[in-house]
Amino acid sequence: MLKVESLQVSYGKIKALHGIDFSVNQGEIVTIIGANGAGKSTTLRAISRLVPVEPGSRLSFQGQNLLDHPADKVVSQLGISHVPEGRRLFGNLTVTENLKLACFARKDAEGVARDLKRVFAIFPRLEERREQKSATLSGGEQQMLAVARAFMSGRKLMLLDEPSMGLAPLLMLRVFDALKEINQEGTAILLVEQNARLALKFAQRAYLLENGLIAAQGSTAQLMEDPQVKKAYLGG
Amino acid sequence: MTHFLQNLVNALQWGSFYALIALGYSMVYGILMLFNFAHGDIFMVGAYIGFGMASLLLALVAWGGLALPSWLILVLTILVSMFLTAIVGVIVERVAYRPLRDAPRASAAITGLMVGIILETGNLALLGASRVRFPSLIQSVTFDFGGVYVTNKKIMIVAVSISLMIALHQFVKRSKWGMAMRAMAYDYVVVPLMGVPLNTIAALTFGLGSALAAAAGILFSVAYPVLDPYMGIVFGWKAFVAAILGGRGSVLGATLAGFLLGFIEIFVAMVFPSTLRDLIAYSIILVILVFRPHGFFGEPYSARLRL
Repeated sequence: MLKVESLQVSYGKIKALHGIDFSVNQGEIVTIIGANGAGKSTTLRAISRLVPVEPGSRLSFQGQNLLDHPADKVVSQLGISHVPEGRRLFGNLTVTENLKLACFARKDAEGVARDLKRVFAIFPRLEERREQKSATLSGGEQQMLAVARAFMSGRKLMLLDEPSMGLAPLLMLRVFDALKEINQEGTAILLVEQNARLALKFAQRAYLLENGLIAAQGSTAQLMEDPQVKKAYLGG
Repeated sequence: MTHFLQNLVNALQWGSFYALIALGYSMVYGILMLFNFAHGDIFMVGAYIGFGMASLLLALVAWGGLALPSWLILVLTILVSMFLTAIVGVIVERVAYRPLRDAPRASAAITGLMVGIILETGNLALLGASRVRFPSLIQSVTFDFGGVYVTNKKIMIVAVSISLMIALHQFVKRSKWGMAMRAMAYDYVVVPLMGVPLNTIAALTFGLGSALAAAAGILFSVAYPVLDPYMGIVFGWKAFVAAILGGRGSVLGATLAGFLLGFIEIFVAMVFPSTLRDLIAYSIILVILVFRPHGFFGEPYSARLRL
């Protein structure tokens, strides 16, 4: 459903992505692993149209040219949601307000109410804290809210940028369980992770990104056995 | 005591003007991290649009096509002028500020000053240098409250101003548009990821601020009916001070600071010669800012401007 071809992104004179190709199929969980600075976050930001891409890059989603859509329409029209690195909640808004804002462009009041119920069923902690300002939530709760917000805003494809960052192992598992549940309801997931072991266990297919280029790709089983991946990312 | 109360009433009126203008400054600054230095001139534009609107309606009445009581003319003048001035504000954002969204903030500030000069001199070119007189739409009636004299105009000015402030507060607090404005003030970059069109919210913010400035311009003209193209400059600067004093993006802060400014000015003038008024009043504010550099309700920058 998502097809990316020769994606190039530069920050000023520095090239972050040198032309990468990858795809995500309907209902799939795909991960991009790689070291810090390999270009993982940049890739997600390019899909969300938060950073400009170089000419020649081709991005399409369900047959539509993604580059025809500004950032807010990528979410509201194409249904691609993005959980940004560091969660980036609106700390001055309550939990409910954060979730409502994510539905800003949605016109289906009934659907919104249904999704809100669903999201509180997946994350009961959020319902308990619904009137609390999101800045006062714990790290784990904040990550749950970040995922919940994405769940409310667009449901076809979810882009996740380091959701494990800063979470205790138990909470991390809780978040990934929830993501699996969301995926089983039909949302495709593109996950970017530094924690390669976790990502390879979670996803079905993987790409290894090194210095702005795809260095390896395949099923997660294949990549887990890849000597290069084993040595550099899975600790031997 | 009556002397004090008399001044209190005057201070409320001046505070209303400052607060209404300060709100526009503060909202734009809070949401776009931008000082819209043309905002004082938007106040002037609002007053002139109000002048045009009131004159037009009065002419229609005199010509016999319309039978409107003059209070209704005033209400229509305020509403239509707020709407038209909002459009001017939206155009200013679109033409002058949007292309500079990612430019250094100094460029945007200078652009604001230039837009201000264009509005002033544009008005001069259009209407000439002579001042215009705002038509008198309501008969002045003075009420005597135990020695304190309050005109119906003052009551109307303060009541309309406070109603507008409450309406704005409710809008920002309750509507989804207001929610988007608050989110944008907190972390502007990720707002599009919520499916919220940034440009629409930016335009809305300018529109709302300009509409309030227009209301201030017309209310001011009701009290002091002589308009000139440069009337917005001093008002603009003082309201800017109120916006900073209130704290970045705070509706409540800008409102309170606007009133405080009115109070300080009037009460300084009560004690000292009026030529020293601004010198002393703004020295007091300077001292407040030394102790509260982020203003009453401002926080040290929480907003992140980059990814």
